[in-house]
Amino acid sequence: MTDIAIVAYHQSKAVSDVGACNEVELIMPVLTEVYRQLGIANAQDVDFVCSGSCDYLQGAAFAFVAGVDALGAVPPIRESHVEMDAAWALYESMLKIRMGHAESALIYGFGKSSPGELPIVLSQQLDPYYLAPLWLDSISLAAMQARILLDAGRISERDMAEVVSRSRRNALANPNAQLAGDISADDVLAEETYVSPLRRADCAPVSDGASAMIICTVEKAREWGVPYALITGIDHRMETHNLGMRDLTDSRSTRLAAEGAGVGAGKVDVAELYAPFSHQELILIRALGLGDETSVNPSGGVLAGNLMMASGLSRIGEVFNRIIAGEAERGIAHATSGPCLQHNLVTVVEKA
Amino acid sequence: MMANLAAVVGIGQTKYTTKRHDVSIAGLVREAAVNALEDAQLSWDDIDAVIIGKAPDMFEGVVMPEIYLADALGCNGKPMLRVHTAGSVGGSTALVAASHVQSGSFRRVLTVAYEKQSESNAMWALSTPQPFSTHLNAGAGGYFAPIIREYMRRSGAPYDAGIKVAVKDRLHGARNPLAHLQKPDITMKEVEESFMLWDPIRFLEACPSSDGACAMVIADEGLAEQAPRPPAWIRGVAMRSEPTMYAGRDEVNPQAGRDCAGDVYRQAGISDPRRDLDCAEVYVPFSWYEPMWLENLGFAPEGEGWKLTMDGATSLDEGGDIPWNPSGGVLCSNPIGASGMIRFAEAARQVRGDAGDHQVEGARLALGHAYGGGAQFFAMWVVGADKG
Repeated sequence: MTDIAIVAYHQSKAVSDVGACNEVELIMPVLTEVYRQLGIANAQDVDFVCSGSCDYLQGAAFAFVAGVDALGAVPPIRESHVEMDAAWALYESMLKIRMGHAESALIYGFGKSSPGELPIVLSQQLDPYYLAPLWLDSISLAAMQARILLDAGRISERDMAEVVSRSRRNALANPNAQLAGDISADDVLAEETYVSPLRRADCAPVSDGASAMIICTVEKAREWGVPYALITGIDHRMETHNLGMRDLTDSRSTRLAAEGAGVGAGKVDVAELYAPFSHQELILIRALGLGDETSVNPSGGVLAGNLMMASGLSRIGEVFNRIIAGEAERGIAHATSGPCLQHNLVTVVEKA
Repeated sequence: MMANLAAVVGIGQTKYTTKRHDVSIAGLVREAAVNALEDAQLSWDDIDAVIIGKAPDMFEGVVMPEIYLADALGCNGKPMLRVHTAGSVGGSTALVAASHVQSGSFRRVLTVAYEKQSESNAMWALSTPQPFSTHLNAGAGGYFAPIIREYMRRSGAPYDAGIKVAVKDRLHGARNPLAHLQKPDITMKEVEESFMLWDPIRFLEACPSSDGACAMVIADEGLAEQAPRPPAWIRGVAMRSEPTMYAGRDEVNPQAGRDCAGDVYRQAGISDPRRDLDCAEVYVPFSWYEPMWLENLGFAPEGEGWKLTMDGATSLDEGGDIPWNPSGGVLCSNPIGASGMIRFAEAARQVRGDAGDHQVEGARLALGHAYGGGAQFFAMWVVGADKG
């Protein structure tokens, strides 16, 4: 497979409520920044555009249509959209480049989760006949998963608290983080439980924001003359929706995706994992076979700010930033969708 | 760099109808998928990835339904992607599925699009007030009616051109046992006397509300050559988008549609679509969109699309040279999210010689077309009996 270069990336600050900011106002600043990084004017200067968003977050059908207004799509452009995290928009864009119909692609994801009650909104992802009418919210399902892990002796509450502590401390160096602080595991454990065994700090916050990335062929990256990193592997896998049929203490689909993406072919310096709950980071670290040599979520991860529909793309962008900064040579990024890590995508990014 | 060759090797549809009481949403999509696998003489294990599409989640009220449909579509352990590009989504989904194979990443994929309108309220979902925009509360018909009026004014088309399309597509649909509306005895008078919904769109000039799903198996060149039934080779693929509104936008004859057609024709080596293509399955949800798209897609000069319609050029029953929507089209069956994929699949059926009573004799090259949003998102493919 042809390697694809990442040449530009930007994420907005994750905030709990952007107020009256609309889709275009959410997207424009991150687009402007990635254009600036390449010295291009707008979406006319790339060959393909693909975005990820979810109507239910904004509460309006076709919320993504407004996104087109941010692109300067006159004359008309080649454009597509996935009702998924923008990490999957990246996946679609890579296919477009590999089939020779584009040399470059702009990818963006945006989410405004603040207008609704996110855990309740996500309950409507469940089987509409048997589960959705029960309004099983995403936090309760994750709490059940954490309880299974604790009861099986796979993890302890202190392990979870240490994930939170590391996230908050790492986020101190991330200007886009919503939650950051010098917090110890003991501080976390001193909190009362929220949905037992989860504490509020074990759950990603509700955030508004967007991120954008530009990818292209290696030839095009050289032409633009900017530093770039290479996507050398990408794969994603789905699992059964029936939670009773899944081993919730593991992530089989992450293992399959990691194998497909070639994670094991080299040392992993950095890993950015989309774990909306602390215990899920522990599941993912094991499923990905990560050891002490890997720096996990140096950005603070999504526990420090969770841009629905953009967080998966942002994980890839964060690894890109580490590589460009010379802090890492090879990293992996993970994205997830669905209750209790049902659908997982793994990307390998390497120094060019 | 050229895209790898890919072809449709299996097609499955459900019978389109107002209410499928007997199946869940999962049952509906599985039925189409199983039909496509049977047509291709394949099983679930032969599928490397699944690409699914539907119109807004708000229709049925299931958020990101691929999560729920993973099991019904045999996706456990496989990649699954969900496309959403408004009304063009069925077409876009087929194109994204094709790109899985054309990029050399996969050998054989399944693609499915669906809508279960009986479990949804499209009129409501299309009319929910947007937080930062003027509330139209118009639905699709109310949105497109003024654009049709403008077409009538510009072209000077006779008032019954739309009526003619409504009759023609229903007569086509009467040849297709899967079509939702079955009106073999429909007349111009009956359409003309049906009540006015959104002036100038009469009830019988509008599409129905249907339950249904459509699926296709798309394979690479090697596998397609070994397929038990004739493949439909994908000869061109194109998508275009433009904003809903901008200064100087031509909503009657959108540039995105013209550009998209030009792109797909270039790939397929088509210089005169009316002459080079044998038939077309085009997204015509309201009768007047046939003459409008005849012009937008280059089958007729601007202002003259209605002449082809009135001359019977697009009619199977009148022996027209370029039949449009031989399956009966969206005017006969409209499971919204699937409607675009049905166009793409019906184009493929024609070049596979598999279209039964609505077969266009000797069809070798066909266009599949879908559009959505405020006539701003376009997806098209050209399929052929030959590799090209």
